[in-house]
Amino acid sequence: MSTARPIKTIRVKRAFGAVVEGEALVSTEGFSPRYDLDRWSGLISRPGHALEGHNIKGRILITPSAKGGIAAGWAFYDIQHKGIAPKAFVFGVTNPVMVQGAVFAGITITEGWSMSPYEHIRTGDIVRVDPQKKTLTLIRRGSPAASAPRG
Amino acid sequence: MLRGEQGRAVQEALQLQLAVGRFFGAKRFVPVSNVHMMGDIEVMGDSGKSFLERAANLGAKCVRPTTTNARCIDFAYLDRLQQSRVEAGKEKELIACLRRMDVITADTCINYQTLYQPHLGEHVAWGDTGTVIYANSVYGARSNFEAGPAALAAGLTGRVPEYGFHLDEHRRGTFQVNLKADLHDLADWGAVGKIVGSGHQDYYAVPVFCGIKRTPTADELKQLGASLASYGSMGMFHMVGVTPEAPTLKAAFGGRKPKEVMTVSNRDLEAVYAGYDTKNNPLNLVVFSGPQQSLFEMKTLATLLKGRKVAKGSQLFITTSNGVKSAARELGYLKTIEDAGAIVLEGVCFYILQNLPQMRVREGWSNLVTNSAKLANIIGAHKFNTILRRTAECIDIACSGKDVR
Repeated sequence: MSTARPIKTIRVKRAFGAVVEGEALVSTEGFSPRYDLDRWSGLISRPGHALEGHNIKGRILITPSAKGGIAAGWAFYDIQHKGIAPKAFVFGVTNPVMVQGAVFAGITITEGWSMSPYEHIRTGDIVRVDPQKKTLTLIRRGSPAASAPRG
Repeated sequence: MLRGEQGRAVQEALQLQLAVGRFFGAKRFVPVSNVHMMGDIEVMGDSGKSFLERAANLGAKCVRPTTTNARCIDFAYLDRLQQSRVEAGKEKELIACLRRMDVITADTCINYQTLYQPHLGEHVAWGDTGTVIYANSVYGARSNFEAGPAALAAGLTGRVPEYGFHLDEHRRGTFQVNLKADLHDLADWGAVGKIVGSGHQDYYAVPVFCGIKRTPTADELKQLGASLASYGSMGMFHMVGVTPEAPTLKAAFGGRKPKEVMTVSNRDLEAVYAGYDTKNNPLNLVVFSGPQQSLFEMKTLATLLKGRKVAKGSQLFITTSNGVKSAARELGYLKTIEDAGAIVLEGVCFYILQNLPQMRVREGWSNLVTNSAKLANIIGAHKFNTILRRTAECIDIACSGKDVR
């Protein structure tokens, strides 16, 4: 855990899971583990996706909405077992499948935010998600280079 | 259950349900009478299979009738489609494992047409978004989207946490859609779902359709619902004078004001059809799937295909349930369809077919023509360029290899 002083805290509405800290991956577009993700590498593979070329592995994925259907429920468990799951999903709005899938896989997940994270958090920044306190906190700024896609 | 007196599988299932219920602020559980789950090897992978095998070995048994959704392999077509024997072996083990847990492996995504029709206010736990939106909207039953592991949990515990569409507050309409378009073909209903769903990607957005000019059929509502759920992640709609919780516009909104009023016209529909581009690639694949075809749809396809042949170099796929295919065989529809050169798969959905990406490359498929707006949406993940066309146009394309527009 970082001891750096938090510089911005956003409240989330609903949350599940362990406290996690890691590099943010910020998307302006919704996310589906079935439509957008290469489920063998963790790369966002759908042509034209806002995060195309980025890898979700070990990241804290901040995304406005959930896309896709029921099949996503097994997909999170699958990527968790393949070692390519993100540390947390931070959704603006989500649907039950994402929540059921994340809980089943033991991945931290939150929904709703008190203010838009897009003005405060960039890809590469280090953030902390605390489901008990229902907070998303910017711990420290990442380097601009971190926002470039990398496999 | 939580103390484990009914076994570890039930204990873990309830723990999962409790955590999900807490997330959504559920105050209690409600009993469910029917469960429908997605569980096949393409979707769950080896880790999901191991999870199910462990549950079966722990002696897990469903305490409510639990059916399965469409899967990824029709074993009769394994070789013809050059699907993996290894994966087929896993799929067979998976089916055996589900049966040990008393799951009814019916392998259909049209359970609401062929297997079980819940009544007004009945709580169920269904997977496949198309089944959920149909249950909520057309039958007035109550279900959330239940992912595979969540649906199985409901089968094992006989209950679900009460949130989302189990509660009155989420079932009321949120916006109004005036239907001015003439809706003649199933594809038109899917196109409406695309127009309305794309602009409202929200599980809790509930459109209220009004102005409908005639009584829609079950297949038409199926296409509309599947499309709304696919493009909009929606779980419910109302249709004034048609669906049970919408005797009037006022009742559909339950005292709330619509957040928005939109109109869908013939011009909007034509814009949807005009929005697809063949990109100068061949039109050599036509698919009727997602959802599986009902017996009535099979009859229509047989009528359209009678005496015709699928064009050389083209392929026409139709997916349906085992029950519908058997009935279509009895009635002679299947022979007409197969004589024309179409492939009718049972118990599967086209978009989750095992090995589909490899099949696409091997067969030289780029465009996929369909009358299902849902299929046109979701199969993009497999890098198909999709084209939505009306049912008869799809058949004309299959038999000529040329677009009719």
